Amino acid sequence: MSILVYTENWDGKFKKTSFELVSYATKLAEILNTTATVLSIGQVDPVELEKLGKYGAKKVINATNENFKILDNQVYTNAIAEVADKEGAEVIILSNNNTGKALAPRLSVKLKAGIGSGVSKLPISTKPFIVYKKAYSGNAFATIQIKSEKKILTLAQNSFEPIATSSAIDIENLSLQIDGSVIKTKVLEVKKQTGKVLLTDAEVVVSGGRGMKSPDNWSPLVEFAELLGAATACSRPVSDEGWRPNEEHTGQTGKIIAPNLYIAIGISGATQHLAGISSSKYIVAINTDKDAPIFEAANYGIVGDALKVLPELISAVKEIKS
Amino acid sequence: MKILVCISNVPDTTTKVKFIDSNTKLDETGIQWVINPWDELSLTRALELKDDTSNGIQSVTVAHVGGAGSEPTIRKALAIGADNAIRINAEPGDAYFVAAQLSEAIKSEPFDIVFCGIESSDHNGSTVGGMLAEFLGWPSISAVSSVQLKDGQAVINREIDGGKETVTVPTPFVAIVQKGIAKEPRIAAMRGIMMARSKPIKVIEPNSVEPLTELVGYELPQPRAACKFVDPDNAKQLIDLLKNEAKVI
Repeated sequence: MSILVYTENWDGKFKKTSFELVSYATKLAEILNTTATVLSIGQVDPVELEKLGKYGAKKVINATNENFKILDNQVYTNAIAEVADKEGAEVIILSNNNTGKALAPRLSVKLKAGIGSGVSKLPISTKPFIVYKKAYSGNAFATIQIKSEKKILTLAQNSFEPIATSSAIDIENLSLQIDGSVIKTKVLEVKKQTGKVLLTDAEVVVSGGRGMKSPDNWSPLVEFAELLGAATACSRPVSDEGWRPNEEHTGQTGKIIAPNLYIAIGISGATQHLAGISSSKYIVAINTDKDAPIFEAANYGIVGDALKVLPELISAVKEIKS
Repeated sequence: MKILVCISNVPDTTTKVKFIDSNTKLDETGIQWVINPWDELSLTRALELKDDTSNGIQSVTVAHVGGAGSEPTIRKALAIGADNAIRINAEPGDAYFVAAQLSEAIKSEPFDIVFCGIESSDHNGSTVGGMLAEFLGWPSISAVSSVQLKDGQAVINREIDGGKETVTVPTPFVAIVQKGIAKEPRIAAMRGIMMARSKPIKVIEPNSVEPLTELVGYELPQPRAACKFVDPDNAKQLIDLLKNEAKVI
């Protein structure tokens, strides 16, 4: 029995999410009195692989094959399942990001392993195996028992702080045999988001709503976000109107996020919006309507016009930075 | 070509949820049941694809795992424009159970494209679509924000972690869709509501499948402390609080 944790790489690099996963797996291994093995798929530099050791990984399996260039859900699922079997893994952990959401369910069927999806903390108990997760889009939490012998957990991003420790790391290179004929997906075009903090990775998010009045008013919000190293987001009406791209839409039917700080500017806070942001550690609301529901969810608030308040906030951030 | 859209029956998204039976069951008093928002968008996109006759879509079917109590939601889907429906007559035990039942229904009737919403707004699992594809041995494309058909295959935009991709995939496949797939959900017109009454709902008895997970209980989130207000004329104080009190910037 052991734990297998899949850490994705981005152009050969790991991100904070990867280290969160390794730390989580290491902690869970301690509780289960076993060891955690990390699986990396695709071309990653040994120097980068060694970084995983700083978060408790003792063994990393570095699986490479030409066919890993495209993220084909079936190829990746088969690869993870093969390594899980080889390692005798009882618990398999992935991120609850787009890739994890694509692979974990396929893996679940392949290994007949029940899923605890989007868990935000360690299991409440391991015998029986009970996990804690969001339900009703953040309006509630559920405790779920995973009854199958093998278990899959997907860890919500930014919910488990990476724990720096140091351990000697053993890198095992594994060349997997892959049947390329199963690949049905062909990639025509890739558009990478560069130079910007990803909304789902972000520790700070600055989000705008209809109170911004027009898409032409966004530049101070973007400047404020850049100064804070934050990602930009928006409410549903704003993306529906096409003021901002769909992938910025935060809320029940858009992105569900859990940053350390969420700053809602000109957002009234409909139930569906709050559902998507309620796991944020701190929420700030800036709105002209003092009765707006967003203030019930907020830790800090300013009743005022977003367009007047933003320049003040920008100069205040510049001041503390200088 | 035939399209299947999997639909889940969920409380209206503005519902303030409450629980009964020692927090093990949703209090259904006064709840309005709706088609899961992403499934409704999938259905809309499936109907748009059918409307363009050059795509050669013969029919759009909706499939649902649930008891007779969810038939009003299935009728809504038929009123919006689905041609027919399949209801697998079982309480949806867990995602694995639901996906297994759906896969059996699909094996008995050939479909070319299956749409699933990226998650249901009640369980937030994001699992049924991927599980279904694995049961069928079909490709799955996840986080899909647009689907076009061209020369018998699909051209799909999907979100990846860190960007977007345009991919092609031949039928059959499962598309797991998110926002963007259709601009707005299609609304049932009076004529559609009238016609839905006579559209067929095929009821299938479930296969024997053991769920892999089980609900233990629910809890409501802790209320947040009261909001601390900062004078708009002294907005700088907010930055000070975020830096020195909350320590988040």
